[in-house]
Amino acid sequence: MGADTKSDAALFDCRDAYVRTVEELAVTDDRIVAVVNDSVGSSKLGKFRERFPNRLINVGIAEQNMVGVGAGLANGGKIPFVSGASCFLTARAMEQIKADCAYSHANVKLCGISSGVAYGELGATHHSIEDIAWLRAIDGMTVLVPSDPWETEQAIRAAASHDGPVYIRLSRMPVPALERTSTRFEIGKGEVLHEGADVAIIANGTMVHRALKAAAALKDEGVGARVINMATVSPIDKDLLADAAATGAIVTVEEGLKQGGLGGAVAEFCAESAPVPMRILGFPGFLPTGSASWLLDEFGLNAAGIASAAREVLDKRA
Amino acid sequence: MICIMPDSNGTSTGTIEDRAKHVRERANWMRRRLLKMIVDAGQGHPGGDLSATDILATLYFDVLRLDPANPLAPDRDRFVMSKGHCTGALYTAMAGRGLFPEAELASYLKPKSRLNGHPNRTYLPGVETNTGPLGHGFPVGVGIAVSGQIDDADFRTFVLTGDGELQEGSMWEAAMFAGHRGLGKLTVIVDRNRLQQGANTEDTNGLEPLGDKWRAFGWEVVGVNGHDHAELLSAFDAAAQPRDKPRVIIADTCKGKGVSFMENQAGWHHGVPNPEQYAQALAELEAEIA
Ligand SMILES: Cc1ncc(C[n+]2csc(CCOP(=O)(O)OP(=O)(O)O)c2C)c(N)n1
Ligand SMILES: [Mg+2]
Repeated sequence: MGADTKSDAALFDCRDAYVRTVEELAVTDDRIVAVVNDSVGSSKLGKFRERFPNRLINVGIAEQNMVGVGAGLANGGKIPFVSGASCFLTARAMEQIKADCAYSHANVKLCGISSGVAYGELGATHHSIEDIAWLRAIDGMTVLVPSDPWETEQAIRAAASHDGPVYIRLSRMPVPALERTSTRFEIGKGEVLHEGADVAIIANGTMVHRALKAAAALKDEGVGARVINMATVSPIDKDLLADAAATGAIVTVEEGLKQGGLGGAVAEFCAESAPVPMRILGFPGFLPTGSASWLLDEFGLNAAGIASAAREVLDKRA
Repeated sequence: MICIMPDSNGTSTGTIEDRAKHVRERANWMRRRLLKMIVDAGQGHPGGDLSATDILATLYFDVLRLDPANPLAPDRDRFVMSKGHCTGALYTAMAGRGLFPEAELASYLKPKSRLNGHPNRTYLPGVETNTGPLGHGFPVGVGIAVSGQIDDADFRTFVLTGDGELQEGSMWEAAMFAGHRGLGKLTVIVDRNRLQQGANTEDTNGLEPLGDKWRAFGWEVVGVNGHDHAELLSAFDAAAQPRDKPRVIIADTCKGKGVSFMENQAGWHHGVPNPEQYAQALAELEAEIA
């Protein structure tokens, strides 16, 4: 992993929190089922299959069918957690997600595993960096991007009790457990993890701990950076965005495409309601061959890149 | 020394036994070379690489009409790697045929390498379309063959698919259309190793009776031992005869072929041999051609 994760803090693969939570829910709620595309291993659902053999549905390598079957299971009163590599789950089954899940308002929970550039060297087909832009464009689709094991568990629980389709974007890239004062997770609400009044850094998923590191570096320079964890991209927390804009400058950072994702959602709000100088950090497009950590560093998605974007945007502040 | 390519990159001539020997030596080299790539890169898909090696060797070192100096010549035979995760096998075959320098294999998966984990035509001439998500190469291959049909061109189109890959609906949409169009210059090879990523195909979403399915879609069906070079050559030769139906060669294969501890093990779908395992694999492969 990149320099940003080399510290003494223990690191966690959030897939573990995901499967643990789905198993816990399944014990008390027999409507919970898992649907996979030959991805029992990569989704870490082997133990779920052992415990609930009838409730693990493996359709084979067939993502369109997988999402359609998920919608059918929801029709039958189940709460399906449809899990596969997020690149195939979203790109391949997009029309099933749009028509069968969102437009039909089916109670399907789509779990995109190994999102972002976790698959590094496997290349752009296996990177899932367009998913946030695609999913948040769909009416009625809730989009969650948890940042650590605790938030992953909360997101899965919130998705299970939410009536309607939810996309939960999970990573396999190890992340530290974040320190927070609040113990409440709510769909549609962001949280402030670090106070500051000069600039707001809005991040989610694997970028949150990097944003916190950037804020610590900026603090040493006398710059107050507020770090906001925006775990729900859709519907976005407009109150928190209005507060963020009041700092006078915003940087967004996500492990995804620069166009149309979290940055796009923030920019849409700011353009209409609170124009401020912004920098949007993300990937520019199809990426060259390289490991996940190399790609993150190469494209400035690390603490140094975030801090320098904050300095730039501060210069432009009114 | 073990990774030196047997000399002569060109395609073979002579009796079917001579041709099979030529292919066999190169297939053995491919196996040793691709394992080194996986070990050096620290990741890869050895199971599917090794099950496809003999098919790719037969195509690249005998069957395919192509000019390494002019890889985009309009009359080239087209090969589409629909099971795009098996780049160890594909890249060694392409380098062995002279499409890029053998030394470049050392860059596999390194930052900015042309040898991405899945093949990319914008990096590497000779790759016809970017694959990786399963179920994509075959429809593109059908489009290539339709283009040839419109132009009455004489190039042939070959598509290699995984068997698990046949669970994708797009494969059957393509099969139906190719049958409908009577694409006689299209040959699909199914790498029938009976394993997908996590388990046996028949325990996951069964494919049998596989030959009947293709026949019902308007295809000629041939079964071969996918590790017997003479059988593969005969099937490709026969497929070259004029006809008005597409042909599918269902190649009975073994995932991990040639390395005893990898054979028929779903766990070696992806993975990296440790130093002892690597040494054992090389010893087994060297014994095979000794
Ligand atoms: C659309 C899509 N879904 C899932 C995957 C993940 N995946 C990569 S290889 C593989 C198994 C392929 O099995 P098979 O086609 O039989 O190939 P082989 O046995 O020859 O390796 C899977 C599920 C993928 N690459 N593309
Ligand atoms: Mg297979």
